[in-house]
Amino acid sequence: MAAPSLEAPRSTPYRRSTSRRSNYEMYSWLFMRLSGAVLVVLVIGHLFVNLMVGDGISGLDFGFVAGKWASPFWQVWDLAMLWLAMIHGSNGVRTIINDYAQRDMTRIVLKTLVLVALVFTVVLGTLVIFTFEPCPVGPDGAFLEGVPSFCTS
Amino acid sequence: MATETSTRSVVPQGTLYRGREGMWSWVAHRITGLLIFVFLLVHVLDTSLVRVAPEAYNAVIETYKNPVVGLGEAGLVGAVLFHAFNGIRVMLVDFWSQGPRFHRQMLWAVGALWVLLMVPFLVRHLSNVFGG
Ligand code: HEM
Ligand code: HEM
Repeated sequence: MAAPSLEAPRSTPYRRSTSRRSNYEMYSWLFMRLSGAVLVVLVIGHLFVNLMVGDGISGLDFGFVAGKWASPFWQVWDLAMLWLAMIHGSNGVRTIINDYAQRDMTRIVLKTLVLVALVFTVVLGTLVIFTFEPCPVGPDGAFLEGVPSFCTS
Repeated sequence: MATETSTRSVVPQGTLYRGREGMWSWVAHRITGLLIFVFLLVHVLDTSLVRVAPEAYNAVIETYKNPVVGLGEAGLVGAVLFHAFNGIRVMLVDFWSQGPRFHRQMLWAVGALWVLLMVPFLVRHLSNVFGG
């Protein structure tokens, strides 16, 4: 008589879960933590340089921005901060909407608004950094009112 | 210690997000995150005035230089610092093996760090806002 045999598993390869959903929420969770770690440096650095160093808040004007964006270092800094903070913030607000908005329609409308705000703000902010002109001239070829002093010297 | 024991029997222990510090820090994290997000939308919009004209940007920045906005900026910085340090705390709870055990102590560390940075910041910022 043959030895008793075990039935083969029903499915191969063996799966613990029958769910075939994507891992989107897991990546979103991970992104919140990774972007947060980078944002600590970017945002606190931004606040320190603009509010603590030099004249602090009293020193902010067009010339201050021109001085910073003359350097690719601060351009890249602000660009990374813009993208990471906006995606991190929008994704966080998405979670909040999912938690509190109960009707399907309300959720769809609110999340669409967040997406529009995200795309609009990131595009606008990116264009501003890349097209910034420290010494703008008017149609008559003369410098506009309020350009920093280094333009004229 | 009698009260301590009786609270213990009512509030389930080993709970991270229900009641007490775990829950209130989460509420504060949520409110500060939302606040910073709304600020950022306005902030990028007004910074974009540098592409309109130097005078346009300077005019708007000038209207911000008053005590009301100055105090608002102080509140924003307070919110950012809390959200940032508490965010690190959340990461430690999630990734550090001892994190869940020390989550309460870490909230105290967040508070201590917050006070440590807010004091010199407020001295500097408020003397700019209210001084000459
Ligand atoms: C009271 C506090 C703040 C002040 C006075 C301030 C001031 C400024 C100034 C003067 C600029 C022009 C460029 C530069 O200096 O780098 C700027 C740009 C920027 N700031 Fe802030 N900032 C503050 C808070 C924040 C916070 C909390 C965030 C992040 C959540 C942030 C994100 C940005 C971004 C992304 C840009 C680039 C904007 C663009 O691409 O057009 N700022 N900020
Ligand atoms: C400064 C560094 C930052 C760190 C370390 C950080 C960290 C975090 C972490 C770890 C979470 C996930 C919390 C959870 O899953 O329970 C989170 C959520 C969130 N963050 Fe940040 N964040 C930072 C900056 C920002 C900025 C600049 C904004 C706004 C533009 C923002 C808005 C939010 C929002 C709205 C949430 C969702 C809150 C919730 O679901 O309750 N954060 N943050």
